Amino acid sequence: MNASDLLGTDPGWIILVKGLLIFVFCVVCTLLAIWAERRWVSFMQQRVGPNRTGKFGLLQSLADGVKLALKEDLIPKAADRIVFIIAPIISATTCFMSFAVIPFTGNVNLFGHKTLMQLTDIPVGVLYVLAIASVGVYGIVLAGWSSGSTYPLLGGLRSSAQVISYEVAMGLSLVAVFIYSGSMSTSDIVAAQHHWWFSVVLFPSFVIYAISMVGETNRAPFDLAEAEGELVGGFHTEYSSLKFALFFLAEYVNIVGVSALATTLFMGGYHAIPGLTFTESWLGGWFTMVWFVIKLIGFFFFFVWLRGTLPRMRYDQFMKFGWKVLIPSSLFWILVVSTLRVMSQRNENRMVIAGFTVGIVLIIVAITSFYESAKRKQAILDEVGEFPEPSFPVPAIPNIAISQSAISQNAKEQIHD
Amino acid sequence: MTDITPRGDEFGLAKASADSTPIPDQEPSGFFKQLLGFWVTFVTMFKKPNTVQYPEVKEPTAPRFHGRHQLNRHPDGLEKCIGCELCAWACPADAILVEGANNTADEQFSPGERYGRVYQINYARCIFCGLCIEACPTRALTMTNEYELADDERSKLIFEKEDLLAPLRQGMLMPPHPMYPDSTDTTYYRGEVPGSHPSQETTSHA
Repeated sequence: MNASDLLGTDPGWIILVKGLLIFVFCVVCTLLAIWAERRWVSFMQQRVGPNRTGKFGLLQSLADGVKLALKEDLIPKAADRIVFIIAPIISATTCFMSFAVIPFTGNVNLFGHKTLMQLTDIPVGVLYVLAIASVGVYGIVLAGWSSGSTYPLLGGLRSSAQVISYEVAMGLSLVAVFIYSGSMSTSDIVAAQHHWWFSVVLFPSFVIYAISMVGETNRAPFDLAEAEGELVGGFHTEYSSLKFALFFLAEYVNIVGVSALATTLFMGGYHAIPGLTFTESWLGGWFTMVWFVIKLIGFFFFFVWLRGTLPRMRYDQFMKFGWKVLIPSSLFWILVVSTLRVMSQRNENRMVIAGFTVGIVLIIVAITSFYESAKRKQAILDEVGEFPEPSFPVPAIPNIAISQSAISQNAKEQIHD
Repeated sequence: MTDITPRGDEFGLAKASADSTPIPDQEPSGFFKQLLGFWVTFVTMFKKPNTVQYPEVKEPTAPRFHGRHQLNRHPDGLEKCIGCELCAWACPADAILVEGANNTADEQFSPGERYGRVYQINYARCIFCGLCIEACPTRALTMTNEYELADDERSKLIFEKEDLLAPLRQGMLMPPHPMYPDSTDTTYYRGEVPGSHPSQETTSHA
């Protein structure tokens, strides 16, 4: 009996219970994630972080949430009131919706009913997640637009451009997963990884997904939408009190969401790591959720580690990276994967497959080395440049003129080589 | 003493530019070299944090830390402040208010003619620059190392003379009281007054 058959027998009350559990899981995850992020980033900066509210400061985000809720709620005069109120609601509701198709456990017993911890299993589950993520962008765009202020507008625009661009790369990185698992349903994808995780088999896809999920969630080093130095707070500059809290909640639930999707699609979902598969039957199958959460925490740590290490990218570099590097390389990778897939399905000669792989590697090496040498030549040309002859007399700059001529001579020799 | 005037090319900017090595290649280093940053943050996680758990643990400040002001006293308890207002005039933040008054034979607060009748420092304005201390001609005003000055109301941040005056130490008497026998203000400033004398004790404040 596969997952969708099993889920099909769920009575209404089980679905309600599951929905509630997912909601609670997300909120608790958010509270803990905010705390964990602040602590981990602190450790990376040799600080201790919040450690006063509750044991190890565990209640810090709860206290912050209460504080935010009790604060004065301001709506700017220039704001479009209705849209201004709707925007955070869109953000905060859509972020929860993608969890509906995430399988948290294998077969378990929930209040005497045999089921698995997944709200629903639709045949196009992953597409549904992508679609929901796109709707979530509306929250950001509308928030920026309705604030009636310049910085939020710019932040909202940036953020929407960013999310849309990186969604393309994200979608493309998932194509290889669909090709290999032969399905878009999350439970089938998890089942297809029973032996080999797709993060190993489809490593380039995994890397592209990992990068684009950071861009997708507006997180450092891609948090251009809220670049404090440029845009104050970005799209949520004008928000306060509970509405701001909703955006904050949405950001963290989104992080947990993309991490959960990464776990499901690339890290074998709720399956144990190879070699420990016997643990999957512990606690009547509920132990699989522990594996799921461990993987989730791993991804979240990756997010925090990135934030603690990398400086924010410049906007043009970021866009260039998305459109000129991630998307073309994903397209190329999909081409390779689908060719290999077709070959193996037709039972081609192993020599042919090996030859194809070697050929691809050779092409990549050739392109890379060609690109590198072209870049080096361009760099030398840029450095030498042409000094414009000024139309007025200027004093000679001591030493610099000499070294300049030395450099240019040197560079010319290199070019002639 | 070395001559610091620039002469020809061997000094100043010309020398600096001649000495300087060319700026190294600004291109980013190799990909794997850049990944070293991740190692740095990861290793730092296991280092001992620098944080001081402040309200519980209080580390001493630097000896010359600019903290709350103090109005000092002469060894017999008379105030050193003469109400000259030089501190108030020196203050760039306009945080000090002084009103001087004449010492009388009945009420002698400081040696000499004048004393500071009103002395206020507004810590909502003070920037702790220490110019008042430099301006004070009698060393009446100095700064302590006390830094816990936060409060929940602006009016509480205006410190009066009583808040700023140094406590009475051994051998000091609470002014007003007469000056040390056979002394002038000059004697006081020279530090020739050892402490209070029994004849200085008055009934009014004893």
